[in-house]
Amino acid sequence: MVMKQDKTDSRSTTKKRVFLEYVLEAVLAISLVLAFTTVVLLIAGAPPLQSYVHIFMGSLGSWIRFTHVIKAWIPLVLCSCGLLYTFRIGLWNIGVEGQVVMGAIFTTALMRMGTGTGYPSLVLLLSCLAGMTGGALWALGAGYLRTKGGVHEIFAGLGLNFVAQGMVLWLIFGPWKRAGIASMSGTETFERSLWLPTIETLRISPAGIGIALGALLITAWMLRYTNVGLRLKAVGNNAQAAYLFGLRPGKYMLIAMILAGSFAGLAGSMQVTGVYHRLIPAISSNYGYLSLLVVMLANFNVWITPLVALFFACLNVGSIQLPMVLQLDSSLSGVMQGTMVLAALAVHFIRSRLRAAYTGGT
Amino acid sequence: MISQGARHVVLELQDIHRYFGTVQANRGIDLTVKPGRIHGILGENGAGKSTLMKILAGYLPMTRGRILLDGTEVRYASPNEASSLGIGMLYQDPMDFPMLSVIENFMIGQVSGVASAGETYRRKFSELVQEFDFTLRPDTPVHLLTIGERQQLEILRLLSIGARVLILDEPTTGISTTQKEILFSALKKLAAEGRSVILVSHKLEDVDALCDTVTVLQDGRVSGAMDQPFDSTTLLSMMFGAPPESSRHIHRPTSQTILRLDNVSAAGGRTGLSGCSIQVRRGEVVGLAGLEGSGQGVLLRVAAGLLRPRKGTIHLDNHNMTHQGYHAYRKAGAAFLPASRLEEGLIRGLTITEHCALQQQGRSFLVDWHEAHAGARKKIAGFQVMGSPGSVVESLSGGNQQRLLLAFLPERPRLLLLENPTRGLDLESVHWVWNHLDAYCEQGTSIVFSSSELDEILLAADRVLVFFEGRIIKDVLASRTNVMELGRALAGRV
Repeated sequence: MVMKQDKTDSRSTTKKRVFLEYVLEAVLAISLVLAFTTVVLLIAGAPPLQSYVHIFMGSLGSWIRFTHVIKAWIPLVLCSCGLLYTFRIGLWNIGVEGQVVMGAIFTTALMRMGTGTGYPSLVLLLSCLAGMTGGALWALGAGYLRTKGGVHEIFAGLGLNFVAQGMVLWLIFGPWKRAGIASMSGTETFERSLWLPTIETLRISPAGIGIALGALLITAWMLRYTNVGLRLKAVGNNAQAAYLFGLRPGKYMLIAMILAGSFAGLAGSMQVTGVYHRLIPAISSNYGYLSLLVVMLANFNVWITPLVALFFACLNVGSIQLPMVLQLDSSLSGVMQGTMVLAALAVHFIRSRLRAAYTGGT
Repeated sequence: MISQGARHVVLELQDIHRYFGTVQANRGIDLTVKPGRIHGILGENGAGKSTLMKILAGYLPMTRGRILLDGTEVRYASPNEASSLGIGMLYQDPMDFPMLSVIENFMIGQVSGVASAGETYRRKFSELVQEFDFTLRPDTPVHLLTIGERQQLEILRLLSIGARVLILDEPTTGISTTQKEILFSALKKLAAEGRSVILVSHKLEDVDALCDTVTVLQDGRVSGAMDQPFDSTTLLSMMFGAPPESSRHIHRPTSQTILRLDNVSAAGGRTGLSGCSIQVRRGEVVGLAGLEGSGQGVLLRVAAGLLRPRKGTIHLDNHNMTHQGYHAYRKAGAAFLPASRLEEGLIRGLTITEHCALQQQGRSFLVDWHEAHAGARKKIAGFQVMGSPGSVVESLSGGNQQRLLLAFLPERPRLLLLENPTRGLDLESVHWVWNHLDAYCEQGTSIVFSSSELDEILLAADRVLVFFEGRIIKDVLASRTNVMELGRALAGRV
């Protein structure tokens, strides 16, 4: 009896401690982020406090601005969900950027075929599926190069990113160019019926938000309750031991890549059907790369991911104000985002040092 | 000579207590260590040996008690302060910097100031190496050294910073017989120079070969002491209360061949494996003896399908498996247990329950967490693992990790391939493991295992294969040989 009491007590205290650690880490990360970015702003010659106010007002200052934030949040969340699978198995899927682009290309291809067929909902659905397929195929490319060819996924992914970006440009200026003149502004805009349905008065698309939330739920469920989720973690933590347990690490790496690519491809579909309604050269808006930072800053936790994604989306949208109002270079927002990741990594490092001290003492 | 600076000291521990929460690891230990003596501390795992030594070396504060050097009480709160008093400790896993060279590791902690006196230390180092017949070279990177050589390095380092009392925690685990001999003669020399050596061990043979006097701990208290000559029955009864059974295990192998290797050669390890032919019968236990890395590990991995042979054929149950991979071997009923638990066997960051879930191997999409949890509880109870289903495996002690690995072996394998299955376990656990493995043999499983303990091989195996430089140089029934004969074969003299 006494033993049992002890055990439950210690379990709840460890839970409490884990939670406290989380809070402490978050506070530490945010203070580090603020300290770092303030230094960066000072170096750039900008008044820090005023800059923060502009970023805040520029993202959350009005409903219209907030809808822009949501539009950035949706692809960020989708890409981040995908990356949770690849990070779980220890893969650096930097090719997520190209997977977004490929998803957009596949989506556009299907929408072009579907234009004027008279079944807009069906076309929209199929083009999203096509986007997922495109992203998955692109991810599978990097996955095969890694598992069969021994090419590190960072190099394979980066290479494929360039290929995908090149393809977009070729399509826009070649086969899919606008009637009359090819232009950097992209392909012909799709007819209104093929836009992702939007509530006009609110200017947001419930379908897009629903898909992002759904992706979060599915990811959380997959990682927690399915054999695939468990095995991704097993292979990621110790591929050799997982192999001795009868798993094939290569197979699960490919599965993780397919899942990641599907979600990234879906993000590409959202960009085409929900935001730009055509294919443009910068269709990915760098959300792929940005989501790598989101997931790292969220410490690979599914439930923290949407919050960090929201934060980054605000920063992304809000920092558009900086060059306009304060005559600062627009790249400053990128510098700030990079700084945040450095802060996150610093916290990560401090934590692992603390852990080592804890366990080393016994 | 370094011995000139060393003053002989009498070390006294009085009424040492140490509590971890409610656990009383040491409860009133008195111990006197005289200069010029090798003092053994015996006891099973959990008897309080390591805690006591950590207190002595300044790694752990004591709850209560006194430490006296030559009659004056000393207080210190860190290993650094302990070593300035001349107390140095050598750990089971040497604490060094693997990427640095031997000489750099030697100098760490001694060199202060900016200008490095490299030449002086090189001279000092080579003098010490010669004095003890060690095999170290100053410029080898430490990660290329064997555990035995890393111990040598650590001993030299402790001596050169002026250790007068040297504590060694299980120094013979994982080192070869040759290195053990070198170590022992070095320790005897140190004692002859007037230093005190404290040897912590659970191996009677080490204590017997080395120590002048021994103190036995049981359950955090001193349960007895004895001077040479030792009587092992008495010592064992001090350790355990009653002497453990050590009768030979009897198995009844049938004539059916389970594993057959014909002229198999393979790369891997230090020596690889060359021209190896063996047959293992159903229900037979075969022990692989040899210096570490003489081909035993390679043989086990080849037989598990983890390494492909360069030459020769492998049959499992009369099926030719030569060109198959690990998963096919696994399906055919061969199970492999690696020696390095956390590197190859268990998955860091996963709980016991999660390991059970991994084992379910079903085709189902969802994890049956309920069943996994029940499985974990059953394994924890059945294998006496100190942990709960939610414990991550790296939080378990080495012995418990080993029990867990054994728990994850399949229920009805044809062939068990075990690499050092009892390494680092205390005597009681070793007996427990072999009782468990005997149950496998009774249902017809064959076992091939490697071990660095000849006694264990002689007790547990029906047949012994001795490896020397990648070849099998002796194949003999365990009942027809003895430690002396095997020891000679180990050194290459058949």
